[in-house]
Amino acid sequence: MKPLETVPPEANSPASSVPDSIPRDIVRPNLDPNAPSGVRKFYKYIKIFRVTLVERMTYRGDFLLGTFLRFVPMATTVLLWKSIYDSSGRKSLGGFTYRQMIAYLLLTHISRMFSSMPGLAGGIARDIRDGTLKKYLLQPLDMIGYLISYRAAHKAAYITTSAFPYAIIFWICRSFFDVPSWTTIPAYAVSLALAFVVGFAFEACVGMIGFWFLEVTSLLYIVMTLNFFISGHMLPLDLLPRFWANLLESLPFQYMAYFPAIVFQEKIQGAALVRGLALEAFWACFFVVLARVLYARGLRRYGAYGG
Amino acid sequence: MAIIEADGLSKTYRVFQKREGVLGALRGLFHREYKEVRAVDRVSFTIEPGEMVAFLGPNGAGKTTTLKMLSGLIDPSSGSASVLGFTPWKRDDAFRRRFALVMGQKNQLWWDLPASDSFMLHKEIYSIPEAQFQSTLDELTELLEVKHLTRQAVRELSLGERMKMELIAALLHQPSVLLLDEPTIGLDVVAQVRIQNCLREYHKRRGVTVILTSHYMRDVEALCDRVLVITRGKLVYDGLLSGIHDRFAGMKLVRLEFFESVPEGLERYGEISRIEGPVVDLKVDRDRVAEALGAILDGHAVADLSVQDPPLEQVIARVFEEGRSDHEAA
Repeated sequence: MKPLETVPPEANSPASSVPDSIPRDIVRPNLDPNAPSGVRKFYKYIKIFRVTLVERMTYRGDFLLGTFLRFVPMATTVLLWKSIYDSSGRKSLGGFTYRQMIAYLLLTHISRMFSSMPGLAGGIARDIRDGTLKKYLLQPLDMIGYLISYRAAHKAAYITTSAFPYAIIFWICRSFFDVPSWTTIPAYAVSLALAFVVGFAFEACVGMIGFWFLEVTSLLYIVMTLNFFISGHMLPLDLLPRFWANLLESLPFQYMAYFPAIVFQEKIQGAALVRGLALEAFWACFFVVLARVLYARGLRRYGAYGG
Repeated sequence: MAIIEADGLSKTYRVFQKREGVLGALRGLFHREYKEVRAVDRVSFTIEPGEMVAFLGPNGAGKTTTLKMLSGLIDPSSGSASVLGFTPWKRDDAFRRRFALVMGQKNQLWWDLPASDSFMLHKEIYSIPEAQFQSTLDELTELLEVKHLTRQAVRELSLGERMKMELIAALLHQPSVLLLDEPTIGLDVVAQVRIQNCLREYHKRRGVTVILTSHYMRDVEALCDRVLVITRGKLVYDGLLSGIHDRFAGMKLVRLEFFESVPEGLERYGEISRIEGPVVDLKVDRDRVAEALGAILDGHAVADLSVQDPPLEQVIARVFEEGRSDHEAA
């Protein structure tokens, strides 16, 4: 008698025979009818901006309260500077009168509204460490382009929702301000827009360090604390000894707080203003390029070691 | 023409050897010791368009590393690969728009947003035309029966539901190549079967080329004809799933039911693994099956008999074990 046919237990209709529907020319690089070209390529980043904006607007109540609370410490700052001026017996310190000093400190809040990027560097470092970075490698999506759209949306949402409380606060403090001339306003707007780019690209560069070091939180803390001082957020750079003032004014950090404020106050005008804006534009480009280079190098390292 | 080609693909990691204790850590600051780990060792294979292939291997065998190289996440230490005519680790946009990688243990969706928002974002990222986006989405949500869940925040979904959403997100741009790294890990049997069915159906409709790694033989048996077995970074088998038995399982399972009680002396045909009443299970060497059955049928009154391959899981487990002991001996 012949042995019986063997019946493997797993014979439950596997379906992986090649279907006929496959086009023969499937292995060809340029078979891509949906490939975007030119301006269309940037369209997705605008879309990311819109999606994020919608998401962020749901937190508008939070913004409103946060903005008011942010200015509570200002009351003590005003009193502090009042006593400093009174006890010094001088009308101006570092070229700032008492009124100008308070206006300056309020204006740095506006500068920081554009240039501060809470959590950007830490977020990049975390994405690298926990592998979320893969998303940008697998999808036709540029990480820096994505993050800048995302941040721009954050800022837009934040600025629109906090415009009202800011208006109230500035109206209360109106006696401290001199109204700038109409030609200053566009220069101020440019300096703020560039402050956003400088702030973004600088923090992005710091975040890229995560490619080389696993733990960056303490480094971030140092950088951010230092930045509070050297950007002029705490006090105008002019108050420092000449050497330090010169040094800090030649560094890029002043564009994140000091520079836009003094543009509004018309302490820098004419050729010096144009030169200042040009330098700010230079630093913006510098950090964008640096962030790109660090990203490209980081990815090479990631490809070789990590994954 | 092959859609995926790997030629001598190797990946060596340099792993930092941490010393024990405080002193060791201090010494490590000045003199670091590294160990070279060959995660993937000269792996070569080709896959034709429309195939569904399984990568099998124990943990740490190099399956995921191979998938990472094929998807361009990491570059190889040596060797070459081509997917859809591209070198994956160059990460051309044109390449990235035509493949997808789904990792069962990694989340690609936005945690706090409903899946539909992630889908919308994918539509923009991949520039999917509106009509195609809608029809693909409808098709997939129907296949996976999750239409009612797309407006719910992803973090509120169950593991199975989330995996289905991941799969939808990965297929929205209609990739030609789909790499799946343990897509059913941790899922219950119902969800596993649902995902298997979806993959099978989608494969039938679109002819997508699929590489799948899984620890569940059920996935592999349901979906793939062809398997690549990797142990210790080396490709040890490339062929039909059914061929694994011929190659690795030295024996067959013979079940005999006698009219009376089980006779003595069956040991000489093979190992007795179970006796229950008049039924006996015998493990018989593959090439002796015919001879053994002939002898038994001649000598005894047999009521019923069947010959089966041993369960695939057991065979695979043995292959993995052999790979391990080979390595340790070397």
